[in-house]
Amino acid sequence: MKPQLDVAYIAELSKLELSPEETERFSRDLNQILEHVRKLDAWDTEGVEPMYHPLPAFDALRADVPGESLSNAAALANAPAAQEGQFRVPKVVESAH
Amino acid sequence: MLFGTIAHWRAQLQSGAISPTELVEELDNSIAARDPQIHAYLSRNKEAALQAATCADLSLPLGGIPLAIKDNICVQGEPTRCASKMLENFVSPYDATAVTRLRAAGAIPFGRTNMDEFAMGSAGENSAFGPTHNPADPDRVPGGSSSGSAAAVAGGMAIAALGSDTGGSIRQPASHCGIVGLKPTYGRVSRYGLVAFASSLDQIGPLTQDVADAATLLNVLCGHDAKDSTSSPQPTEDFCAGLGRDIRGLRIGLPKEYLSSGNAPEVRAALEQSICCLTELGAEVTEISLPHTEAVVSAYYIIACAEASSNLARFDGIRYGHRAEGNMSLDALYSKSREAGFGAEVKRRIILGTYVLSGGYYDAYYAKAQKVRALVAQDFTRAFEQVDLILGPVAPTPAPKLHDTQLTPLQVYLSDIYTIPANLAGLPGISLPCPQAGCLPTGIQLLAPPFAETRLLQAAHALECALKG
Repeated sequence: MKPQLDVAYIAELSKLELSPEETERFSRDLNQILEHVRKLDAWDTEGVEPMYHPLPAFDALRADVPGESLSNAAALANAPAAQEGQFRVPKVVESAH
Repeated sequence: MLFGTIAHWRAQLQSGAISPTELVEELDNSIAARDPQIHAYLSRNKEAALQAATCADLSLPLGGIPLAIKDNICVQGEPTRCASKMLENFVSPYDATAVTRLRAAGAIPFGRTNMDEFAMGSAGENSAFGPTHNPADPDRVPGGSSSGSAAAVAGGMAIAALGSDTGGSIRQPASHCGIVGLKPTYGRVSRYGLVAFASSLDQIGPLTQDVADAATLLNVLCGHDAKDSTSSPQPTEDFCAGLGRDIRGLRIGLPKEYLSSGNAPEVRAALEQSICCLTELGAEVTEISLPHTEAVVSAYYIIACAEASSNLARFDGIRYGHRAEGNMSLDALYSKSREAGFGAEVKRRIILGTYVLSGGYYDAYYAKAQKVRALVAQDFTRAFEQVDLILGPVAPTPAPKLHDTQLTPLQVYLSDIYTIPANLAGLPGISLPCPQAGCLPTGIQLLAPPFAETRLLQAAHALECALKG
């Protein structure tokens, strides 16, 4: 099986609105890269546990103690648009007409 | 230009030969004089640095020492842009833990260094604000992604700097610029406040003028941090303890897979010279095998891109970062903001990462890569039963020319083959310069088992002294 990477479709999943030139260029680059990485199939990994993390697992939860956190003003300081102490976002409900 | 190690400037400050504010001024002058040609810095806040310098506590381990910080590590009140248009107007609301620790040790963060956008690149050319030039030859790249940190230290514009290393981004630019770069064991240094690229691979570390300075900075940077769930509970050590001790009887492995005919003559010469020095120092250099070396680049790019596609989903134009102008649907706002904010390499990796995680391909690519990663780590576990350290090249060639458009993205990725394994396996690695007359800077690399930084720095220090002759 040699599936081609459909860049236009994956870009949609990635929330990237690519130009036609980018779509063409990335198709070429990425399918070349995929052809290379498919060589991984040749390595025998029968019975091998995937290594999702380089460290052995340990109890990673910190104590649940209330502490100081960012103020409302600091959290909004980098917002592209803010109003009344909140992030301003576009309308997400389509109007009826 | 301002050369001299942390140790040198510490002595100068303590003897009163120079004051902390004068040191900041001198550094600022050096940057103003040289950086127009090199472009190592994206921003610097002289007023904040001078203010910190006026109350510097010289009794602390880094008292009064200004340090440059890569643009993906948060410094409160300063821009942290990751060399991306996406974060062009972003100002850090807090300090990264690494920066908090530097400040607590008396250091003064001064200047944000250029980099490949979101740390994705090996040449420094993927910066949205223009490339950095190599101080050894301005027609060449400094390496990447910690391009500005390496160039600033090599070019007399920083005493030392912080970088981040996901697949070689500290060690490779250090090699190309002729300085020391240390990637600590995964989990040694907190990643809190480091803008995430690939969370299971990223690690903060120092770029310095010598090995002793790297050990000094590691002493300050290491330690468990409750704010980073991947921060290791392993106790820290005095990493300077091994410096100056001899390495007689130390067993050093040379992987036969790293002796590729594709290595440039300078790289082969640097390795031969290092083997010679290590043997003279009484170490035993033996050939070993890391049989899965050929698979590391593929496994790495699948894993790194998958993690990046997930991490970079946070840049949606809502809470921070670039937002597209105009009235549009929420979906269009995401897509247009991300399209305008990200550069080509970042988009390429997000798409590759989304693809390998998408339905039907997850097992074939992502799970397969993580299994191969386990085999790569197993290669090292077995090798470290026979040897104490591993010696190898950092990159197959010295620094390439700027704007070399002959190379495809795949060819660029393949040049990371010697640095990637340490990230996949979580090992510490150091790149140190191996200067040769009339040649471009070329480093060599030493790798150690997890948490064996003291041994790594001991051997690197002994080799550094021998190479300097």
